[in-house]
Amino acid sequence: MTLHSFRSKGASRVRSLMAGALMASTALVGASAAWAETTITAVMHSGLRVLDPVITTAHITRNHAYMIYDVLVALDSEFKPQPQMADWTVSDDGKVYTFTLRDGLKFHDGAAVTAADAEASLKRWAQKDSGGQLIMDRTESLTATDDKTLVWTLTEPFAPLLDTIAKQSALPPFIMPARVAATPADTAITEHVGSGPFKFVEAEFQPGVSVTYVKNEDYVPRDEPADNMAGGKVVHVDKVVWATMPDASTSINALLGNEIDYIESVQVDLLPLLEGDPDVVFEKREPLGYQTIGRMNFKHPPFDNVKVRQAAMMALDQEAVLAALIGNPEYYSTCGAIFGCGTPLADATGSDSLTSGGDIEAAKALLEEAGYDGTPIVLMAPTDVVTLAAQPVVAAQSLRNAGFNVDMQPMDWQTLVTRRASQNAPADGGWNIFFTNWLVPEISSPLISPMLNGRGDGAWFGWPEDARIEELKEAFIDAGTPEEQLAVAKDIQAHNMEQVLYIPLGQYVSPQARRANITDMIPAPVPVFWNVKKE
Amino acid sequence: MLGYIIRRILAIFPVMLIVAIFVFLLLRLTPGDPAAIIAGDMATPEQLERIREAMGLNQPIHTQFITWMGRLLQGDLGTSLISGTPVTTMVGQRIFPTINLALLTIAIAVAIAVPMGVLAAWRHRSWVDYAVMSFSVLGFSVPVFVIGYIFILVFSIVLGWLPVQGYAAPADGFGEFLYRAILPALTLATIYIALIARMTRASMLEVLGEDYIRTARAKGVKESRVLFRHALRNAAVPILTVIGTGFALLISGVVVTESVFNIPGIGRLTVDAILARDYPVIQAMILITSATYVVVNLIIDISYTVFDPRIRY
Repeated sequence: MTLHSFRSKGASRVRSLMAGALMASTALVGASAAWAETTITAVMHSGLRVLDPVITTAHITRNHAYMIYDVLVALDSEFKPQPQMADWTVSDDGKVYTFTLRDGLKFHDGAAVTAADAEASLKRWAQKDSGGQLIMDRTESLTATDDKTLVWTLTEPFAPLLDTIAKQSALPPFIMPARVAATPADTAITEHVGSGPFKFVEAEFQPGVSVTYVKNEDYVPRDEPADNMAGGKVVHVDKVVWATMPDASTSINALLGNEIDYIESVQVDLLPLLEGDPDVVFEKREPLGYQTIGRMNFKHPPFDNVKVRQAAMMALDQEAVLAALIGNPEYYSTCGAIFGCGTPLADATGSDSLTSGGDIEAAKALLEEAGYDGTPIVLMAPTDVVTLAAQPVVAAQSLRNAGFNVDMQPMDWQTLVTRRASQNAPADGGWNIFFTNWLVPEISSPLISPMLNGRGDGAWFGWPEDARIEELKEAFIDAGTPEEQLAVAKDIQAHNMEQVLYIPLGQYVSPQARRANITDMIPAPVPVFWNVKKE
Repeated sequence: MLGYIIRRILAIFPVMLIVAIFVFLLLRLTPGDPAAIIAGDMATPEQLERIREAMGLNQPIHTQFITWMGRLLQGDLGTSLISGTPVTTMVGQRIFPTINLALLTIAIAVAIAVPMGVLAAWRHRSWVDYAVMSFSVLGFSVPVFVIGYIFILVFSIVLGWLPVQGYAAPADGFGEFLYRAILPALTLATIYIALIARMTRASMLEVLGEDYIRTARAKGVKESRVLFRHALRNAAVPILTVIGTGFALLISGVVVTESVFNIPGIGRLTVDAILARDYPVIQAMILITSATYVVVNLIIDISYTVFDPRIRY
């Protein structure tokens, strides 16, 4: 007899007796049952604390924003921009984009969504988003000409404009009321009114513990079927509650016990606990998942020397890193493409050693050629984040094998994010190398990948000064066709692997788990709750 | 007595001031940056600096301290740097699950441990004594999360009697509260049963050898009366101390149990705040914890006089 059948056959009567004895009233039991019929209780990957999707790139905040806000343009499953709140036309010279809002758009306070709201929201977003900043560099004006029409006039064409405002991660331009979007971009908003398919229930919000959304009855979905982040956002449940469970085993047990409906991200090593229960389904939500990466500090020796950076990359073995990180090969794959395998710009030039076990001998030769003098490499190793703990340990050993003198320093993630902002020498509170993970859509284009910024002190941590990468990004903006864009992307891939702006260490997915009666979930990088049914 | 209580209450303020200064400085010396938590992984150093400026984190430490202290004196614990929620609201949301769980835990522990300890002392060196002592050692030795998982496996997964996780306020129905809180309370109570039973036994053994106990027995007083009226009352002072400090420990946060049973208490609030370097929340939680210890100690001291009239302040 399996554990599950024992539980389901033998325990229900006892449980009823216990519950009956303990519950104060039967009315309460009835109320709970009615409430449960149209409520999805979901355990997300982390607790929601920051509510402003412009001030932070945190995924949980972005997910929250997709619940309560809407976007002008959204990507379908083919990575093509599709109309969401607005249709558009582009002038023949590619310099004027005219967006027209569709009918029936209303904020949760009842006010109609106007082009002025979209204008204010896009302007605030563009102050924070790297892609938005690039568009603004070529913007002559962004103006609402009437309640429904927004005209974006450029000084010169920006071919990936629609892709940039349609992107689903870090940062999508969500549309807020103009009065909210008037908040300075570095100050968090305090009013949370969107026009999306769910409404945020502020009175029930407990930061880091739970957040409640109710169906927006006034929302008018598009007619097209839901497809990735595009299409009609039809809501079939009354309420969605995100509960935070800090203990992974507790959430697994709660799912098995039918106390919750959904877990966004299950640790792969806990999946066997779910096997054999016919009422629980676990699956990959979408195939792209995450890319794990290593980043070096260009400001200090020895990684200010390109040959030493090349030696470090040559020493690393994606398979070893991923096996330690995830374990089950079903949920990871080696991938040398800096834009992520499975994306339109994927190209694996220059990644042979990474994906074929590393080349220690070549790494040793490069180190010798570079004249490496044994300077210690300060490798920051976070110990409190499950998905970031394995990479530093494996990488440290590979680097040692190649002849590096590695000083691996364990610390919590908070200490790491503070320390990586320090430009001091590694021996004086600085650093040489660290590791992190990105959702593949966040690095799938040169315009959004933070590591492909070559503006020195203005660049992402590590601060490479690389005029060539900036030139290549300009060329990408100017590329008019997907074929031209792919050609430039290949050049960027080759340049990255030569200069080692960063080291791609492979892709992995975090499976999701749900009760079998939760159906029609959309396979998208963002877990969304429109289209979902609870049967 | 009244003068003593007033003096003790007044002493809270200098204690809290010292704690406040110490905590403020300690947090500023700890590496970490709440702006980095807010900004996320993609933020550039320039963006981080702008957020720090907007949050007031790049002001001199003494300026930050004066601002915080000024608000504190007006009863304002500040606003969470991460969520923007007032700290008083966050504490208000999270402290009652902890208090309720602590009260239930202590009630269960006292109800079970005190009779156990009395019994063990009464039947000193019998199998009852050895059984109580063995349980006591076990209760101390097994980590609380292991006990929690075993209870969940048995009572929730296998038997299906009780929920795996969650919390319901007593205001939503005492039955529902008990239904959800009984497993975490039993889990936490295990260690306190061990502690209190052991202390009760030791204290009772000392008292049971006293002349007045022999006299009471010689006078023909019923054994139960000898044990619970004469002996236990005189043995109560150390037992009360253990119960009181145990309660303060429970209030100051039982993060493991709160995590295993998904209870939104102040233990998790504190740990989350520390991980995010959410200074106002950490400062508030440490002040509240310190105040709890001071008040609980005062109550313990006063309660001594109830059980032992010889004690006077």
